Amino acid sequence: MTAIVQITDQKVTDRHRFSLAQYFICLKGIVWREALRFIHQRERFISALVRPLVWLFIFAAGFRQVLGVSIIPPYETYVLYEVYIAPGLIAMIQLFNGMQSSLTMVYDRETGGMRTLLVSPFPRWWLLTSKLLAGTLVSVLQAYAFLLIAWFWEIEPPHLGYLALLPALLLSGFMLGALGMLISSLIKQLENFAGVMNFVIFPMFFASSALYPLWRVKESSPLLYYICELNPFTHATELIRFALYEQVAWVSLAVVVGCTVVFLFGAILAYDPGRGFLARRGGPAG
Amino acid sequence: MVMKPFDPNQTPALEVDRVSHRYGARVALNDVSLTVRPSSFTVLLGLNGAGKSTLFSLITRLYAIRSGQIRIFGHDVASEPGAALSNLGVVFQSRALDIDISVRQNLMYHAALHGIASKRANELIAEVLDRVSMADRSTDRVGNLSIGQMRRIEIARALLHRPRLLLLDEPTVGLDIKARADILDHVRRLSIDDGIGVLWATHLIDEAGAGDDVVVLHKGSVLAHGPVGDVVGRSGGADLREAFNRLTGGADLGELETAR
Repeated sequence: MTAIVQITDQKVTDRHRFSLAQYFICLKGIVWREALRFIHQRERFISALVRPLVWLFIFAAGFRQVLGVSIIPPYETYVLYEVYIAPGLIAMIQLFNGMQSSLTMVYDRETGGMRTLLVSPFPRWWLLTSKLLAGTLVSVLQAYAFLLIAWFWEIEPPHLGYLALLPALLLSGFMLGALGMLISSLIKQLENFAGVMNFVIFPMFFASSALYPLWRVKESSPLLYYICELNPFTHATELIRFALYEQVAWVSLAVVVGCTVVFLFGAILAYDPGRGFLARRGGPAG
Repeated sequence: MVMKPFDPNQTPALEVDRVSHRYGARVALNDVSLTVRPSSFTVLLGLNGAGKSTLFSLITRLYAIRSGQIRIFGHDVASEPGAALSNLGVVFQSRALDIDISVRQNLMYHAALHGIASKRANELIAEVLDRVSMADRSTDRVGNLSIGQMRRIEIARALLHRPRLLLLDEPTVGLDIKARADILDHVRRLSIDDGIGVLWATHLIDEAGAGDDVVVLHKGSVLAHGPVGDVVGRSGGADLREAFNRLTGGADLGELETAR
């Protein structure tokens, strides 16, 4: 009985007011764990690289003769088609990565990993944001690995472009991750990756400036042109493209920042477990 | 429902107050109330599907509480989640360790999720690993441990931030008889030695000891709550198995037996 007395005599302290440093410890821990997982899951890394490389080696090679690209900013000379689609393929890496990790966050809520995260006393918005950031960093590593291989394929942006790319990649990765989380929280039908591929990834990828310059799209279909202009993925691609050549696409930057804020805010609201899928699906077995 | 009499001035470790939860039309929890005292070992006894996991999901704020209140040491889970959850340690039913990384790395991650800096975390990790007699395995890859050892690491992790309430969801599933007895004995000692309030969810009747509190949860409703002796006495049965049988109408006893 002494133990009980001890406990009741203890003041119920407010241990939940975390300092800024503790918020940072939490973020660091989440990112660090993602990095460890990344190191240990090499297959995941390689398969994420194979996809854009197939596009680069096969698709772009085949279309090289068909699609000539005239001189458009940020390029100062005629460029090979491979050079043109490289930024779009980087954005594609991030799109896949963002969708995949967000889908996991939403649908694997029941699994140990997400439960461990969500039972942390830090505010949920901080946990989800940290997790998104961790996923973004993984996609940044993938993007640089892709660029390294692409360099041997004569895609040789200026050296400083690699550095300028980093903030662009962080932003676009974060936007696409938040978008993935928002979509998978809101749309019940997108429970598996095939659904996301068909209804999100492919339309976003094809209706963008990733594969062809928008002026060419405009020539064939003004409507499609406007759709492409409204597609946030177009702006992620352009932000990456200009950064890679040491320039800032200001409009795209504004769109990506704006979309990131909106998607993130929406995703955190939509993630509310009270409105989650599991509840609608009929709950857990136990 | 007659509640166990206890000092009303004592803040309960866990207070579930008239909580209901439904998935669409299916009622998972119906007006559930229960209390876990500090330094007590409370067994939440129910068959699969009784609502144990739903209750755990609500206590750990995985789901929003839509009806009723849950308080951990007086802190409402819905309105003060930070204060409530920092007093809580959980061992989930599903595997919650990363098997690719080491025991220490898993525990460091958990420490970070509680805002504990690495120097302090190292001290705490040494302490909890010692507590579960796994101090020599800290650099082992989790995937190389046995299921029983993994459970012990999960308990160590749940204790790392020194919670005063520990929840365990079917912690002995998949364990052999000896490992089961070890874990049970270990957690029971935690409640006695460290004054931790324990809520132990199980479908195995013999995991409830004579001195424990028991909550019988059946089809989303609490059928009995109190010290094992009282619950058995009130039901008129000879032991807890018979009491459970009588309370639940007996139809499911077969399932309980075979589930072991």
